[in-house]
Amino acid sequence: MKLPTLREVGTEAKLLLIGIPVFIWTMVPIYHMFLFAISPKEDAFSGKLWPDHPTLNNFSIVFHQQHYFLRDFWIQFWNSVVIALSAGALTLLIATAAAFAISRLRVPGGRWVMNLALFTYFIPAAFLAVPMYRTMGNYGLLNNHWSLILAMVTIASPYAIWVLKQASDKLPGELDEAATMDGATTLQLFRLVYVPLMMPSLVAIGTYAILLAWNEYLYAFLLLSKDTEITLPVALGNFLAADDSPWELLMTTGFIYALPPAAIYYAFRRYMVGGLTAGAVKS
Amino acid sequence: MAITLSGDQAIPSPPLSARLTTPQVWGIVLLAPYLLVFLAFVVYPVGYGLWLARHPASYVALYHDPIFARAAVNTLIFLLVGINLKMAIALFLSGFFAQQRTWIKWLSVLFILPWAVPSIPTILSVRFMLNPEWGVINQLIFKFTAEDGPNWLNDPSVALAMAIGVHIWKSLPFWTLILMTGRLAISHDLYEAAAVDGASWSQKFRYITWPSMQTLYITCTLLSMIWTLGDFNSVYLLTGGGPADLTHVLATLGIRYLRLDQLSLAMASIVCALPLVLPLVYFMMKRLSR
Repeated sequence: MKLPTLREVGTEAKLLLIGIPVFIWTMVPIYHMFLFAISPKEDAFSGKLWPDHPTLNNFSIVFHQQHYFLRDFWIQFWNSVVIALSAGALTLLIATAAAFAISRLRVPGGRWVMNLALFTYFIPAAFLAVPMYRTMGNYGLLNNHWSLILAMVTIASPYAIWVLKQASDKLPGELDEAATMDGATTLQLFRLVYVPLMMPSLVAIGTYAILLAWNEYLYAFLLLSKDTEITLPVALGNFLAADDSPWELLMTTGFIYALPPAAIYYAFRRYMVGGLTAGAVKS
Repeated sequence: MAITLSGDQAIPSPPLSARLTTPQVWGIVLLAPYLLVFLAFVVYPVGYGLWLARHPASYVALYHDPIFARAAVNTLIFLLVGINLKMAIALFLSGFFAQQRTWIKWLSVLFILPWAVPSIPTILSVRFMLNPEWGVINQLIFKFTAEDGPNWLNDPSVALAMAIGVHIWKSLPFWTLILMTGRLAISHDLYEAAAVDGASWSQKFRYITWPSMQTLYITCTLLSMIWTLGDFNSVYLLTGGGPADLTHVLATLGIRYLRLDQLSLAMASIVCALPLVLPLVYFMMKRLSR
């Protein structure tokens, strides 16, 4: 084995000099959360970097709903799941249909709709929140899960349509022609040719919409208010209302809440990186 | 029927159904769900919001509200300082992560974590780290210097800087990843040729990397600015707009007015941001709708 030259050692040292601060910067808030989750109350507030008596007791308290702030934990968890999955499915349905119509069927005015969708994509979500809150009130949907699901679909679908349209523009047009020659109806074309070929992009978009809805705080906090109707992030925010919040339980709940999206992200990373970042910004 | 209605027009247009082919009818049917969502949840709210913001009195009230002026300044600082700092770091780190090393590959997997996990628990985690009495940072300061650390979130400029820090922590991985794909698209031959000619590190950046990435970098910066205008979580969950409502940005200010039941002020404050937003949106649409 060849010994590394002085120059190579120097380069490696320089890279480590960047890599170590990046590692610390990235991990500190997450590690701090994890530390609280495995610490008993006394250890959590002592400023130690590793607890003397690591424990899973906090998780047990959360799972058995043994605290005032956590009495509706499972139903709130369920609410988050239902809303994220419904928003994902609905976004996928609406966006796939729209992208197919615009890109493959060349529906008149399709380009115009695409531009409207893009425009929506660029409105900062917090700016739309106030009028959206009033609108949902006018529709009588406040405190109803549908309000949050529909709001999430509204926010997720413009980007979904745009990414799916970019992807379907790349499919060769001869494919549609050949299928039509064989006597395929438009619906068969959609179901048997378009959807199977678009699968990777559809997975990416479905994941994107589910994560968006699962992570949403602002809209959830405006549109839902009853303890048994809210989603987990709103419940986490409600911990702050009290002065003597049980921070170790808050961090434990937060840790549990953060696990599913992280797992989904890493499981679908292949699709996400290819499907989303490539489409996110065209150079 | 069409002929009688079109009156004295020279060529009568056939009825709509005759002009459309079956696929086009299907196209309209398939596009309809999105159009319905768009009408019900974008057109109506935006129109309603603008209608609520129609009173000139709201703008006078905003003009006299010191919290609004402060929020506008904070938003500008957030955008101009925060975003430029973030994009510069992202550009630098994209070069770091483009290195072919096993440990850098593994680090890049961890580096994406802030983007992959929801922002609420991590922001609350940072908030507690900064707690003056019980937070780990001040405990460590006390341990090493035997003096009390600063009351981080009680000083408006420090609190705003912390909010910017949280925003950078959360979105840096995403932009680094985007800039890295741009960097990897640059032909390797260029760097090899430059190395043969004895170009230094800074010369390679100035004559090869920057010219190829300039457009992407500027697009990313503008896009990040538009999105950061809507960053509610970083400020609201870290400082809650406090101390004394001095760290609000436009995104949290609208919600503050809403909670105080001053709906027309909430909408007016958003309308005030439109002269800043619309040119950026127009520019981005031109770039992306090709």
